[in-house]
Amino acid sequence: MDIQDIILYVSLFISLFFEVFLLITYLEVREELVLEKRHLAKDIKQFPTVSIIVPCFNEEKTVVSTLESLLKLDYPKEKLSIIVVDDGSTDNTAEELLKFKEHSQISILSKTNGGKHTALNFALEKINTDLVGCLDADSFVNPDALKKIIPFFDDLDIKAVTPSIKVFEPKSVLQYVQKIEYSWGIFLRRMLSSLGALYITPGPFSIFRTQVFKSLGGYVHGHHTEDLEMALRLQKNRYKIVNSHGAHVYTSTPAQLQGLFKQRVRWTYGFLNNAIDYREMFFNKKYGNIGFFILPIATVSIFTVLYTVGNVVWNSLSRVFDAVIRYRTVGISWEFPSFDWYFLNTNVTAILAISAIIFTFVILYLSIKMADGKAKFSKGVFYYLVLYIFLVPLWLTKALFNTIFKRQISWR
Amino acid sequence: MMDSKKYIVAFLITAVIFGTAIFVSNILNQKKLEDVRVIENRVALDILSSETQFALLEETSCSDIGPGFLSKELGSLGEKLTYAENQTDLISADLEYLKRSYFLLEIKDYLLMKRLTEKCGIKPTFILYFYSTESSCDDCERMGYVLTAMRDKYPDLRVYSFDYNFDVGAINTLVSIYKIEPNLPAMIINSDPYYGFYSIEDLETKVPAIQRLATTRTKALKEATSTLETPTN
Repeated sequence: MDIQDIILYVSLFISLFFEVFLLITYLEVREELVLEKRHLAKDIKQFPTVSIIVPCFNEEKTVVSTLESLLKLDYPKEKLSIIVVDDGSTDNTAEELLKFKEHSQISILSKTNGGKHTALNFALEKINTDLVGCLDADSFVNPDALKKIIPFFDDLDIKAVTPSIKVFEPKSVLQYVQKIEYSWGIFLRRMLSSLGALYITPGPFSIFRTQVFKSLGGYVHGHHTEDLEMALRLQKNRYKIVNSHGAHVYTSTPAQLQGLFKQRVRWTYGFLNNAIDYREMFFNKKYGNIGFFILPIATVSIFTVLYTVGNVVWNSLSRVFDAVIRYRTVGISWEFPSFDWYFLNTNVTAILAISAIIFTFVILYLSIKMADGKAKFSKGVFYYLVLYIFLVPLWLTKALFNTIFKRQISWR
Repeated sequence: MMDSKKYIVAFLITAVIFGTAIFVSNILNQKKLEDVRVIENRVALDILSSETQFALLEETSCSDIGPGFLSKELGSLGEKLTYAENQTDLISADLEYLKRSYFLLEIKDYLLMKRLTEKCGIKPTFILYFYSTESSCDDCERMGYVLTAMRDKYPDLRVYSFDYNFDVGAINTLVSIYKIEPNLPAMIINSDPYYGFYSIEDLETKVPAIQRLATTRTKALKEATSTLETPTN
């Protein structure tokens, strides 16, 4: 057995172990999910005061819809205030915001451009409500989203609650791919929530106790992923973050590859660099599942995914290359190949890969069921299965390269 | 809070999946080798039967030789062994034994065919093909494709392939009889040596024995076409 085989076996073991671990977690929380679905958002006795910050930079196309969705939230109006921060937009965002100038629930602030974290901090200084949240200006909330988040704060240990994020009106092939990917994310976040291992409090509608910012400070740049850094800071201080998978938020996603690539490079780069900043949490039992297992496996999986996909691509290319040589040597053989099981790949790695794929399908089924209420084979699933494996290595490689060679990345 | 029991259970389940995969793979790979062994036994029996038939020829005539006189399964046996060679999980000792047997069966078949040629005056075309699995032989893969295609095109053509570097006494003897240089791929076609890569067209135009085969095939095809075109009544 050579070094390549060993890496492949280790990668497969890690992938399988993670999938098995997630499925065991799912079996454990299954009943909890049913109860949440039945009782959450009903009989809320006390509504805490909530501020939602909407930071925006050049969001003229979506900011109005974002604010309208917030105004439609099923929540007592006197308890909900919205603070929009125009972070030095150079398009018509300021004009669009004027439409809400007279609205009693909305305050509009503006400042010179300094990045999302500065816009959030600018608003945080002015907030004295019980809870505070953020909503990116390209995202839209379901009317019952806040009501499905509030009950979690009955537990005084819980300092932040994250929602389930879905893709807003997918149109392009890549948006359909992301729709399925986000469904996977909904499943994963709910499982991580049960493990106390959420490492992102996403920009779209994560709600915090305001006290958190007073004791831990405001947002920081966080390598362009301030939401990831904030979650890690909470986890490091042993603050509990949970996920309300019934609280749905819709977000606009990149329609073209270039936009998607840039966004994902930023996310992966942010994860890697924040992981380096918070490296003392790694394999540290003090931080529970997130330190002992989730952060290390999320980091290792970047490498295993690259290696495994690289292997698959290399093998496929060498087969294509062989076929080309064969074609150029003897032309096309029109004989229909007769089936003989002998020529099926029965290597250990092939059988393990099939097992991992079966588990992946099971998790995908559960994810889509959790996100949409029912699982069906849609065109999104087809696009996802065909394209995703080739897309992921693109941004993983670039983010890894930028991290290793300390190259900066851009937001947009 | 960390639930170490869950980690242990997940680890055990993963380990069981790994163990099962190794077990199933071993069983299936053993079955594959067994399949090759069964075919080899069948080929050995075919050859024994042909040899016996040949011995009886001393008392009968060549016309008694049927079309299935020589074993038909050598080709598929070769393909299976080539595939098995690329499977890293197969036990190399078993595979080496099967390859050794295969080469010896090929040589026996070849000798039988030669004796048949001498006795009955038939003129079969045969190719002794020497290749190497080492990276030094760039053209061996392409030559292999050509010979497989030739065998499909000309069912009367018998191709015997040998791994030049495989340590079998009989192969070494063949190499020294035909004085084959280690300039691979190398072919002995009806006793004449050919070195390097030959395409199908090259073989059909440059090698007299294959030229004859090609002419016979074209003639047979023409006759078959004219028979189809001419009404019989």
